[in-house]
Amino acid sequence: MSTQTFDMAAIESIIAKRKSMPGALLPILHDIQNTVGYIPPSAVPAIAEGVNISRAEVHGVITYYHFFRQHPAGKHVVQICRAEACQARGCEELASHAKELLGCDFHGTTDDNNFSLETVYCLGQCASGPAIQIDDDLYARVSKEKFNRLIQAKRGVQ
Amino acid sequence: MTFTVFVPRDSTALALGANETAAAIAKEAKARGIDIKLVRNGSRGMFWLEPMVEVATDAGRIAFGPIEEHEVAGLFDADFLNGGKHDKALGLTEEIPYLKKQERLQFVRVGITDPVSLEDYLAHEGYVGLKKAITMEPAAIVQEVTDSGLRGRGGAAFPTGIKWKTVLGAKAAQKYIACNADEGDSGTFSDRMVMEDDPFMLIEGMTIAGLAVGATEGYIYVRSEYPHSIANLNEAIDNAKAGGYLGDNILGSGRTFNLQVRKAAGAYVCGEETAMLESIEGKRGMVRAKPPLPALEGLFGKPTVINNVISLSAVPLIMSRGAEFYKNYGMGRSRGTLPMQLAGNLKYGGLVEKAFGVTLRELLYDFGGGSESGRPIRAVQVGGPLGAYMPESLFDTPFDYEAFAAVDSTVGHGGLVAFDDTVDMAKQARYAMHFCVAESCGKCTPCRIGSTRGVEVMDKIIANQNRPQQIRLLRDLCDVMVTGSLCAMGNMTPFPVLSALNHFPEDFGDQPMATAA
Repeated sequence: MSTQTFDMAAIESIIAKRKSMPGALLPILHDIQNTVGYIPPSAVPAIAEGVNISRAEVHGVITYYHFFRQHPAGKHVVQICRAEACQARGCEELASHAKELLGCDFHGTTDDNNFSLETVYCLGQCASGPAIQIDDDLYARVSKEKFNRLIQAKRGVQ
Repeated sequence: MTFTVFVPRDSTALALGANETAAAIAKEAKARGIDIKLVRNGSRGMFWLEPMVEVATDAGRIAFGPIEEHEVAGLFDADFLNGGKHDKALGLTEEIPYLKKQERLQFVRVGITDPVSLEDYLAHEGYVGLKKAITMEPAAIVQEVTDSGLRGRGGAAFPTGIKWKTVLGAKAAQKYIACNADEGDSGTFSDRMVMEDDPFMLIEGMTIAGLAVGATEGYIYVRSEYPHSIANLNEAIDNAKAGGYLGDNILGSGRTFNLQVRKAAGAYVCGEETAMLESIEGKRGMVRAKPPLPALEGLFGKPTVINNVISLSAVPLIMSRGAEFYKNYGMGRSRGTLPMQLAGNLKYGGLVEKAFGVTLRELLYDFGGGSESGRPIRAVQVGGPLGAYMPESLFDTPFDYEAFAAVDSTVGHGGLVAFDDTVDMAKQARYAMHFCVAESCGKCTPCRIGSTRGVEVMDKIIANQNRPQQIRLLRDLCDVMVTGSLCAMGNMTPFPVLSALNHFPEDFGDQPMATAA
């Protein structure tokens, strides 16, 4: 991962802006992930210093929450809801299909680095599953065909 | 003349193409030289009809749905703006039986107003409750909420007024209102709908709570999976502040209440109130031991009211119409209405607000229309991943906290997920344990280790390895988890597991247990 580059100055400015708010750590981590796409492990010391806790504690928080990434994701993140309401509407078949179509497993990224595939437990679309999210966009009632179309469209606009 | 056309901005509508439909309507109207005002309202909660397009007429709003982008030109061809004939015409929205049969007290504005328009909110009984509360003594506000019989809608059903009274009585320089909007239970979306489709109702409820207990700061802890909720809440908070309904001098009263949204980070257990507090404080979302009660030592160690979105947003209605009005709905000790969420394999999934007392069967069949797959409904999980699976024989149970508890089930947050007869209940039991493995905070052993052992035991049962012994072991393990876990995560995971085993023993290769609870 040594070839990964990110803007440390942007991270420093996020820390400076947020550090004095009560309970600043999660807002800082969200902002960093929003800006950089993930939370670089090498940013941990600066975060720890900013909010005046140990590096171990920062690391503990980053690794506790499913939402935070320590490595960059693929160009597009595909999240498939696999909670009960979507199970009742066939999400497991869709999940198998997605693995096959993309050629990677859950929590994995495709070889061409175009897609990361993730499980999510509930997108709040429980009456209209299976529900998925690609990057920031939600899709409900996703059949295999609809999934293929959505992925194809993303491939088209790389 | 200008026609007013409504296309929802609720995230389910968006997930089904509402933005594309709205853009097509704007484009088509322009091309045809028709003057329209396009309002992005909330959803009425009839999700099988989304994107649902409405047009304001003298007789009331008329609806068409579901309308996809490519059907928009056809709508104009059919002269839908003047109520023209179209095969997706639904008539007057308010007359659609699914809506008409409901008792929408709390969700009265949802789907009707533009969610972030303060003007719209005020025109629909918004802030009447706050205006009344601001003239009252704090203890009188707390008494009104107590008298309404409102109980915590997040699942624990603790009387809201009692909780407020504890915080009111606590002496501290700073107190907080913390709204638990970490709606992680599958099959639930009523919090999401409030935040997306009527956020002012929650903001008003929290402001009243602040006045009632003497808190000047509020936090809304919202799931990271709900970006639309976060955006709408922030926009509504800004508008409320600009209108003088939030900030340092609320409605010129000299009273202060400030509100901010905190984004969660995907940990289910942060829906547990003390884990949520830890998370807002910037820590791992580990459950705290109680006592001390959060009402006395909560957020940043200060007295804190923690309520769910639906509980807090019931408060404006209780204040504006009075405790008596609210209390007159419901049954037994379950007063008022509950916004129930019909999810999973149902033909007509959506939001149904009814007074307590409605039965599961009415919800599943009269509202839900039975399964979407057309197969018999075999099991319904009520109350999220920690809720029991209920078989057909229990479908006549009325929604009432005590009636559900009597059959070892829980109303929870009022979400129900229907499964047809293709469901394998042993797999669902395994999933419940697996979910607990993934989401346990790890603080207590019964939950952290118990769930892992639970998955292993379920795997053996599914693989038909010494089933009678493994089933005994599973029951024993569940007993340890129920009695020994620190919070609901560990001590309710056995609910789905044991209910699956007791009501559907054939899926576990077990003999039916007539006496099993």
